[in-house]
Amino acid sequence: MRPLTEEETRVMFEKIAKYIGENLQLLVDRPDGTYCFRLHNDRVYYVSEKILKLAANISGDKLVSLGTCFGKFTKTHKFRLHITALDYLAPYAKYKVWIKPGAEQSFLYGNHVLKSGLGRITENTSQYQGVVVYSMADIPLIQVNVMITSPGRGTWLAP
Amino acid sequence: MGRKLDPTKKEKRGPGRKARKQKGAETELAKFLPAAGEDNSKRLSSRARKRAAKRKLGSADAPEMSKSPGAKPLPGKLPKGAVQTPGKKRALSLFTTTQSKKRLAPGHSSDEEGDSGEDSVLNQGDLWGSEDSDADMVDDYGADSNSEDEDEEDGEELLPIERAARKQKAQEAAAGGQWSEEETDEEEEEETVSPESGPREDEEADGLQINVDEEEPFVLPPTGEMEQDAQAPDLQRVHKRIQDIVGVLRDFGTQREEGRSRSEYLQRLRKDLATYYSYGDFLLGKLMDLFPLSELVEFLEANEVPRPITLRTNTLKTRRRDLAQALINRGVNLDPLGKWSKTGLVVYDSSVPIGATPEYLAGHYMLQGASSMLPVMALAPQEHERILDMCCAPGGKTSYIAQLMKNTGVILANDANAERLKSVVGNLHRLGVTNTIISHYDGRQFPKVVGGFDRVLLDAPCSGTGVISKDPAVKTNKDEKDILRCAHLQKELLLSAIDSVSATSRTGGYLVYCTCSVMVEENEWVVDYALKKRNVRLVPTGLDFGQEGFTRFRERRFHPTLRSTRRFYPHTHNMDGFFIAKFKKFSNSIPQPQTGNSATSTLANIDLSNPKGQVTPKSESSSQSAKKARVAVEAKQRPQKRQHPKKASFRKQNGISKGTDSELSTVSSVTKAQPSSKSQDSSQLAEKAAVAGKLKQQSPKLPSSKKVAFRKQHAPRKGPDTETPAVQPLSKAQAALKPEDGDRPCGNTAGAEKVKQLPEQPVKKAAFQKQNGTPKEPKTPTLSPCSSSWRPPAKRRKS
Repeated sequence: MRPLTEEETRVMFEKIAKYIGENLQLLVDRPDGTYCFRLHNDRVYYVSEKILKLAANISGDKLVSLGTCFGKFTKTHKFRLHITALDYLAPYAKYKVWIKPGAEQSFLYGNHVLKSGLGRITENTSQYQGVVVYSMADIPLIQVNVMITSPGRGTWLAP
Repeated sequence: MGRKLDPTKKEKRGPGRKARKQKGAETELAKFLPAAGEDNSKRLSSRARKRAAKRKLGSADAPEMSKSPGAKPLPGKLPKGAVQTPGKKRALSLFTTTQSKKRLAPGHSSDEEGDSGEDSVLNQGDLWGSEDSDADMVDDYGADSNSEDEDEEDGEELLPIERAARKQKAQEAAAGGQWSEEETDEEEEEETVSPESGPREDEEADGLQINVDEEEPFVLPPTGEMEQDAQAPDLQRVHKRIQDIVGVLRDFGTQREEGRSRSEYLQRLRKDLATYYSYGDFLLGKLMDLFPLSELVEFLEANEVPRPITLRTNTLKTRRRDLAQALINRGVNLDPLGKWSKTGLVVYDSSVPIGATPEYLAGHYMLQGASSMLPVMALAPQEHERILDMCCAPGGKTSYIAQLMKNTGVILANDANAERLKSVVGNLHRLGVTNTIISHYDGRQFPKVVGGFDRVLLDAPCSGTGVISKDPAVKTNKDEKDILRCAHLQKELLLSAIDSVSATSRTGGYLVYCTCSVMVEENEWVVDYALKKRNVRLVPTGLDFGQEGFTRFRERRFHPTLRSTRRFYPHTHNMDGFFIAKFKKFSNSIPQPQTGNSATSTLANIDLSNPKGQVTPKSESSSQSAKKARVAVEAKQRPQKRQHPKKASFRKQNGISKGTDSELSTVSSVTKAQPSSKSQDSSQLAEKAAVAGKLKQQSPKLPSSKKVAFRKQHAPRKGPDTETPAVQPLSKAQAALKPEDGDRPCGNTAGAEKVKQLPEQPVKKAAFQKQNGTPKEPKTPTLSPCSSSWRPPAKRRKS
C-alpha cells in the first residue's frame, strides 16, 4: 500500500473530474475526517485516515481491500473508474440523467436507453459527457458516458 | 343327444342375450369356488391349511421364538414357522380372518394343537399371510377359504356370496401384505406387530369392521434378524417402526417387550433412523446423545426442509419500511422477521429472484439467515470502536456490524480463505460499508499482527451440523476425527481471539464466539476450555430466546456460567442450528499454565506434604540456608517427582501472578505438593500455605502445565544460588501476592477453578519466578507481566 504518485494522481483526478468537476476537493476534505487515496495492487482505495492507521499494520500481501475501491490502474496506466465509486460521485455529480421506470429495468440489465426512456436530464449536457444516471426515485444507478447521436439514430447511454 | 342331455339344463353359450343371463347364485359361485388343487382334493381345515403352508415353506423360518410370550400367546403358538408377516399385513389379514374365525369360536377349530380360539384366530391370520406368500399372488379365491368354509358351515350359515366376499377380502389383504412381504422377505424376518386378537375379536363380535390398526404392542425384531434392510428397505415400514419404537420408549415400563432391553430398542431405532433419514452412524449417534427421542425425530425432520429465506435491511441506505414497500411492489411476499429484530424480513415467496432485484444491487438489503443476525446482536458494537471479525466470509455479519456502527470506527474483516474473500469485498462494497479493512490472515496469527480490539466476533469454522438442511452431505461425511479437528481449530482460534481483545477498552472488552453447529464438542467444550485458559468470563448474550447451553453433558462437566450461552435449533426456532457465547475479558494477562510460574508453586509443593498448619511454623523458622538447601534438593528432585505438583504449582503461580487469592493459592499449593511428597518444599511452602487456610483439591490440569513445570524445573536447577535470593523474596512475594489479588477480580465464578489451580502454582511460581524471571516467552501462557511486577530482580532471565 502506498500513496499515489503525482502522475497517478493527475490521471485519476482527470477521470473523476469528468463526473464531478471541480468538486474534487470535497472528496478529500470531509467534515468527518480527512480521507485519502492509497494504491494497493494497482487499485485505488479511498479511506479515511483513522482506518489507514490500522491498515498500516497489515502486511501488503495479506491486505485485500480497505475502505472503498474507486477504481484501478490498467497495465498501461490508464485509470478505470469502478461502480464502487458511485456513492461518492453521485452527490457531487455535475450532470445527471434520470430514466423512466420502464427503461430502468432494461438499462440495469445492460441495454441501451432510448431517448424516450429519458425522464430528466441536466441541461447543457454535451456529447461524451460523464453523467450519473439515476432512477426516478433518485437512486443513483451508475456513472456513464453519454453518447447522444443524431435524432435519426436515437439517443443512448452506454457506460 | 344322449340320455344325459337335458335341454333345460343346457348352458347357453354364445354372444346372445341368453348367454349373458345369470343363472343363479349357486351356479355362478361354483365358478369361483376353489377348483381342485393339488391339496385341494378335500377341504382343508384351518390347521391343515397351516400345515400345508408350512410344508411348502419347509423350515424357512426359524420360529421366532423371541416373540415375547407375554404379549400374546400367539408367538408361542406360531410354531410352524409361519412366515412372519409385518404387522400391517397381519393386521389386515387377520381382520378378515378373525372375522371368520371368530365365528368359529373356540370349539370349532379342530386343531390338533389344541390352540385356543384366540390362537386359532391368530394362527389363522398368520396362516393367511404364509399362505399368501406361498401362493405368490395366485388368485385362488377359494383355496384359502377352505377351512373357513368348513368351519363356518359348522358355525354359521353364510351364504356363499358372503363367504366369497370374505375370501376376497382376505386375498386382498394377503396380496397387499404379500407385496411388502416379498420385499421384506429378504430383509429381516420380523414380527413387528403381534396381532391383538382380543380386541379384534370383540370388534368382530360386534360385526363392526373397523379399518383402523389397533394399538398393538410393538414387538422388536429379534436382534439376530436385524441384519438389514440391504435391499430396498421399505421406507414406510421403517418409518412406522421408528414411530413404534419411539412410542414404546416413551413409556418403556409398560410397553416394553419382555426380555428385550432398552438398548436393543435404541439400537434398532438408530439403524432405522439412519436408514430413513440417510444419516451416517456416527452423526446419528451423536444426535441421539444430544436430543431426547421426541425432539430427535423433529430435529431430523426439520433438517429435511429448508429454512425460510430471510433478509436483513441495510440501514445505511434505506429503512425496513421502505424496503418492504419496494419489494412488495416488485412482487415479493414478505413479513417482518420477529419482535427480536428491527431489520429482518422473512420472504414467503417471490415472483422475482430475490437476489437480483435492483434494490439488492443497490445494496439495500442482504440475504442472511436469521440465526446469523444473532451473534452480531449479541456483540452489540458501539460507534467508534475497533472491531475484529475473524472469519468474516461472506460478509453478512461484518456488514451488520458496520451498519450498527453507522460506518464509524474501524472493522478489520479477516478470513483465511482467499476465494471467499472476494465475496466479502463485493458484499461490503455493494452495501456501502466504508470503515472496513479486509485481510487474509489465518485467524490464529491474530494478536501478533494487530491486537487491542474493543470487540471481536469469532464465527468459527465448524462441522456444520446445524445447517444440514443447507448441506445434506454433512449427514454422512462427518466423522469423529472431523469433529475433533474442528474443535481443536476452534480452540486455537478462540484463544487467539481472546488475546486480541483489549480488556482495558473503555467501551468494550467483549468477544462473541459462535458456531453453526449443535455438537457439544464444538460449543460448550471449547467455551469451557477458554474459560480455563484465559482471563475471561461468560456474560449474558442479551438474547432473550433460545435454549441455554449445557452445563453438563454425559461425562463432561462444564462451568455453571455456560448457562448464559445460547443454543438454537431448526426444529424449535425455525432457524439454522446455532450456538452463541459472549465473553468479557477482565484482564489482559494470560494465566500461566500449570507449570508453576509463580513462586508460590514451590510453596505449594511444600505445602502439599504438610497440609495446613504444619507449614507455617516451619517456614518461619527455617533458615535461609536450610531453605536453600531444600530448594536445591527440591529442584533436583522436582524433575522426577514433580510432574504433578509442578503442574499444580504452576497453576498456582499463574494464579498468583494474576493476583488470585494468595490464600487460595497456597492452599492449592498444599494440595499439589502432597503428591510430590517433597517435604523440603513443604517447609518452604508451608509458609505460603499458612496463608491459605483451605485445602483445595486440585484437579489435574492441562498438559501444558506439565510442560511448564518442566521448564520451571530447569530454572531452579540452574542455580541454587539464584534460589536463595528467590527464596528470600518469598515473603515479599507473598506480600506482593496480596495486592495482586486486586488485579484479577475474583468475581469470575470460574475463578474458583482457577484459583484452585493457582494456589498450587503460586508457591512454586514464587520460587521459580525468582529464578527465572519471566519463565516463558511472553507469548505463550507463561508468567505474565504480573508476576514480574512483584519480582523486579527476576527480570533478568529468560525469554
